[in-house]
Amino acid sequence: MSAPILWIVLPFLTGGLILVLFGEKYSSYAGGMLSAVLALTAAFIPIDTALLIGSISLKISPAVEVFGRSFQLNTTDAPLLAMIYGISALWFFGAEASGKTFRFAPLGLIIVSLLTASIAVEPFLYAALFLAMATMLAVPMLVPLYQKPGYGTVRFIVYQIFAMPFILFSGWMLAGVEANPGNLTSTLQAGLMLSMGFAFLFGIFPLYNWIPKLLEETSPYAASFLLWAFPTFTIIFALGFLDRYTWLRNTPQISNAILSSGIIMTATAGFFGAFQRHLGRTLAYAAIAETGLLLAAISLRSVDFLSIVFLILIARGVELSTWALAISIIKQKAYLLKFSDVQGLARKYPFAVGALLFAHLSMAGFPLLGGFPSRLALWQELSSVSPAAALWIFIGLAGILVSAIRSLATLVMAEEDAKWEWNETWAQTAMLAIGTLGLILLGILPQALQPFLRGLPALFEHLAQ
Amino acid sequence: MGTDVISWVAVVFVLISAASILTVRDWRFALGALALQYFAAFWLVSRHFPLAMSSIKLIAGWMTIAILGITRLNQTELDTDADTTYTGGTIFQAILMGIVALFAAGATPLIENAIPGMGLPVIMGGLVLVGAGVVNLGMTSDILRVTIGLLTMLSGFEIIYAAVESAILVTGLLALVNLGLGILGSYLLLAGYIPLTSPEEEEL
Repeated sequence: MSAPILWIVLPFLTGGLILVLFGEKYSSYAGGMLSAVLALTAAFIPIDTALLIGSISLKISPAVEVFGRSFQLNTTDAPLLAMIYGISALWFFGAEASGKTFRFAPLGLIIVSLLTASIAVEPFLYAALFLAMATMLAVPMLVPLYQKPGYGTVRFIVYQIFAMPFILFSGWMLAGVEANPGNLTSTLQAGLMLSMGFAFLFGIFPLYNWIPKLLEETSPYAASFLLWAFPTFTIIFALGFLDRYTWLRNTPQISNAILSSGIIMTATAGFFGAFQRHLGRTLAYAAIAETGLLLAAISLRSVDFLSIVFLILIARGVELSTWALAISIIKQKAYLLKFSDVQGLARKYPFAVGALLFAHLSMAGFPLLGGFPSRLALWQELSSVSPAAALWIFIGLAGILVSAIRSLATLVMAEEDAKWEWNETWAQTAMLAIGTLGLILLGILPQALQPFLRGLPALFEHLAQ
Repeated sequence: MGTDVISWVAVVFVLISAASILTVRDWRFALGALALQYFAAFWLVSRHFPLAMSSIKLIAGWMTIAILGITRLNQTELDTDADTTYTGGTIFQAILMGIVALFAAGATPLIENAIPGMGLPVIMGGLVLVGAGVVNLGMTSDILRVTIGLLTMLSGFEIIYAAVESAILVTGLLALVNLGLGILGSYLLLAGYIPLTSPEEEEL
């Protein structure tokens, strides 16, 4: 057995089989179970080390060759695989509780396997092709056959596909730059190509206009899953570039450009988010602001910057899955999700509204919630590099906090004589409770992640030094 | 010398097909032009690829067109007069295409200087298609036209990329992306067109 077959081919094929054979309900359980098993396997069974179980010797080899190119998942990738499949399991189990999420688990499983292929493929710049394929598979999840595709979906496809040529071509140019680092023109051209590619992939300002539209016109659960999956793998991909090319990580102008992009994203998303009157759009702007934080984090060159990046990514998975589940439950009552429709729903869906607010506050960096430790560490690092940058990030997050307070005010604005009800199912309540509890634990006991976080930076041998 | 002449003829085909896709409203004509465009792209790619590998691009492209064509053929209700009428927008689009061609003609020698050995017709053909694809994407939100725009842009990129990268895996994956775009385009064309009821409607 080889690692790429276990973590790429197996979920890909199983996703296909689930899609064909299982109904909606059981597909969520099957997808969730497989993801959980893959996460546990990554966490406890070492890659490329022989294990003796009784008389059976078990060894997961790290590489497999396809058409002269290899797919590699090494020992250092194991914590990342555990994180990805663990959070995926949370998403897939939650899909059943979220209600009407079309073909979510099987397609989600296939998407995660393709995205895992993007971190395993060598040469690593071919990852852009896997990201493009994952984009195409995401569309049936977003647009069921009875619904016309909207502007957000079309822009999502166009921007993600646009990124691929830029990344592929810049990869070829970067090899030339590495061979001849003194050539400033080709360095500038390669840098420009790469920036364009990542600007489309991350949806850097102003290219993020499709994200709020997507949350408005499609299933919030499916769209939020994509807002977790794509930026997570894109960050890993971007860190791979920084790790491999010395000149990229040592050029201060590139760090400054990444930092500026991150600040602009966080500040603008916070500003626009504060004025939204739609629950889905508030989630979209919070997710954009957090992507900005990730960019600000990767621009840092401190010892701990990789830990900050992974701390944000872990919290983001829990925040988005809990928030999206809560919105999906509320959507069953108030389909449009506008503030005028959801007014006073806290008394009808107390658990969903509570979880939504916890997730929203966590994204804003509220103390003692999952998002707080990473934001505190980021502020600390940023303030020593650029106090102005730290201030702008603070302003952006303040905007997200304002939108959380506005959502809270709207959701609790019920008539005085309205009775408290409990309309969530047991499964929904359990999943919301797990997500909320996870956020509180991540906020109160971030050190619990330390053993896990210690292993993750090893993925990038040069950046981790 | 002979192959050079044929390559320039292919560039002319690329120009004609890209301009037709942009300006002509009839979807049948647009798909026909796309087929011609793939043939020209095949020739330009074959300047750097073996014939068997460059034919993958042609076959994948034509298969994509077949998928889109069959889907659209069953949607006769969508055919309106607007599909065949020329408007003021047509002239604007033709001017845009002219700008793309001029830009490509200007940039071609510069790129040939920067990356020698690619060949002028290859660069020119690739740039025209990338430009035409981007212009197409900026002008419309119609699903079929967006798909055609993406395919045009991608085939332009593939022509240029073939000159610098000849890995079989990349060729195969790019063919998959093209086919995937065709299937995705037909799925989106069908979405909302088939009179299915949503789960919300079923509950009512």
